[in-house]
Amino acid sequence: MIHRECGVLKTSYEADMALYPLPIARWAIAALAVVFFGIVPLGLGEYYLSVANLVWIAVIGALGLNILVGYTGQVSIGHGAFMSVGAYTAANLANRLGSPWPVNLLAGGIMAALIGVIVGIPSLRIKGLYLAIATLAGQFIIEWIINHVTFISGGVQASIEVARPRLGSMVLDTQLHMYYFLLFFVVLAILGTMNLVRSRVGRAFIAIRDQDIAAEIIGINIFRYKLLAFAISSFYAGVTGVVYTYFLGIANYEQFQLGVSVDYLAMIIIGGLGSVQGSIFGAFFITLLPIVIRRLMETFGGVFFEPQTVLNLIPNLRVMLFGALIIFFLIVEPEGLNRLWRNIRNYFRIWPFAY
Amino acid sequence: MSDDFGFLLLLLSNGIMIGLMYTLIALGFVLVYKATDAVNFAQGEFVMIAGLVVAGALDALHAPLWAAIVIGLGTMVGFGFLLERVMLRKLIGRPVIAVVMATIGLASILRGIGPSTLGAGTRTLPLPIPDEPFVLGPLFIPPIQLLGAAVSLIFLGGFGWFFLRSRNGIAMRAIADNQQVALAMGINVERYFGLAWAMTGVVSAIGGIIWGNLLGVDINLSLVGLKVFPVVILGGLDSIPGAIVGGLIVGLVENVTAGYVDPYVGGGTKDFAPYVLMILALMIRPYGIFGKKIIERI
Repeated sequence: MIHRECGVLKTSYEADMALYPLPIARWAIAALAVVFFGIVPLGLGEYYLSVANLVWIAVIGALGLNILVGYTGQVSIGHGAFMSVGAYTAANLANRLGSPWPVNLLAGGIMAALIGVIVGIPSLRIKGLYLAIATLAGQFIIEWIINHVTFISGGVQASIEVARPRLGSMVLDTQLHMYYFLLFFVVLAILGTMNLVRSRVGRAFIAIRDQDIAAEIIGINIFRYKLLAFAISSFYAGVTGVVYTYFLGIANYEQFQLGVSVDYLAMIIIGGLGSVQGSIFGAFFITLLPIVIRRLMETFGGVFFEPQTVLNLIPNLRVMLFGALIIFFLIVEPEGLNRLWRNIRNYFRIWPFAY
Repeated sequence: MSDDFGFLLLLLSNGIMIGLMYTLIALGFVLVYKATDAVNFAQGEFVMIAGLVVAGALDALHAPLWAAIVIGLGTMVGFGFLLERVMLRKLIGRPVIAVVMATIGLASILRGIGPSTLGAGTRTLPLPIPDEPFVLGPLFIPPIQLLGAAVSLIFLGGFGWFFLRSRNGIAMRAIADNQQVALAMGINVERYFGLAWAMTGVVSAIGGIIWGNLLGVDINLSLVGLKVFPVVILGGLDSIPGAIVGGLIVGLVENVTAGYVDPYVGGGTKDFAPYVLMILALMIRPYGIFGKKIIERI
């Protein structure tokens, strides 16, 4: 990620595909691990820890969506709904059967994967815009079902309280505990995605994205791989929903509406489609954006506006900036933050001899 | 005539009226898709902004109704041209998801700008028509629905003539058919793209006034845009007759299902049934009833 090499000197496919091309890359990862496992959680207060937790949740979801949209090229505007499927599955299991969280987590992921495959079935006949609209319909239909079937939603308000996860005899009830709980899944998600996209399956996904008819002709079973992409991606979404539910302590469909699907799409577009690093950057960016805006407006907004106007302006400013950033990145830097990062890195790769 | 039959007739007549009003909004979507191959996920927000501008002109400027409508139309036409120039032109030739996301971003911007500059409260948009519904046997027809349906039909006729007979319309069809050939024949493609977006602006402005009168003007007015997708998918994304047929089907289906199913499930079928219908349509006939079938080659 941060390394500089002095030339591409690879002599085998193994070397080309290595996750850590140089020893320094390994050191960089180790340093990042120290920062995020050691320094960050101990240095942050309760409030900023909760923000960090939201970022980790977003990272898992963004990675999953990027597998589908960025690597396989199938648009989905229904990921918020897949998350809610995971969330309600876990919440119902936890409350009705009292099952432990690892079971709920897996069940939530698998249930979301199943629903994701069903929503993904139209992708066999349609693509692009039509698929986007079909998944949008999936979002509304799932939302409606959860809201109207009391067996799933638990009746009024459609929200179910969930007990905090336990690790042995320890209840994970502080933000610091949640931080490590979530970070564990983030590491799993990152490793899983990085290894997936360099495997046979991942290369099939990329072939389908680049030209699906051509991919079919060279012998990739499109039917299988498109549905597999939907399944894996929705599994991630389901897991995101479950950990979010454990983080909030409550499963509520309002946390998974259309706006959430759009947020996640924005993350991977601003971060960079088809890139693991990009998903992480995007998740950071979109999650921190409203918090930064709020802080800035609370600090400096009073200089220009009345206090009441500032309060009214903050949510509107958030949606406006959000939209403007999506458009800005689409027009100016379609490959997102990941590309900007690479540009910076490439500049320093030959620095100080820039010729 | 039994009560049950009367109830069904009422639902059907309501469905036809509402369906034609959906057609009006769907027209905006179809026009842009037909001419420029761009999809507009912000159609509902266009309608909302138009409604807010007209309501704002009535309130804040104390303009008479005709002046407010002119201001609304002018704003939306200008907005259409500007949007094409600043945003859509830069996205020509990019993958579908780029345009989809850009218009979703645009929707987000409009949702922020609308309430913060033109007022957040719900306002009425009074039109000089009576409030009491016309009663025809079992039927109750609110005048606003009648007006909406009539305006919708007028616009359909107008656009039908435009695309079939007028020079500009024929140029636009040529562009829709094949951009490069149209360019080679000396058609100014970019100008017509701008024109298409401006026409969408006009349709949205009229839609904003009529729907604004029916629902009240606030940010939730943009939710009518969500009905556009079932309408255009059923009818075919690039077909004007398709917009009518799709609008009627969606209007009828949502009213009839809402009338008979809502009492059992506790409401909300109106927003749900069109999407189920749309999924079925996508599985059976993805290009819609009148849509142009795309043949893909490597």
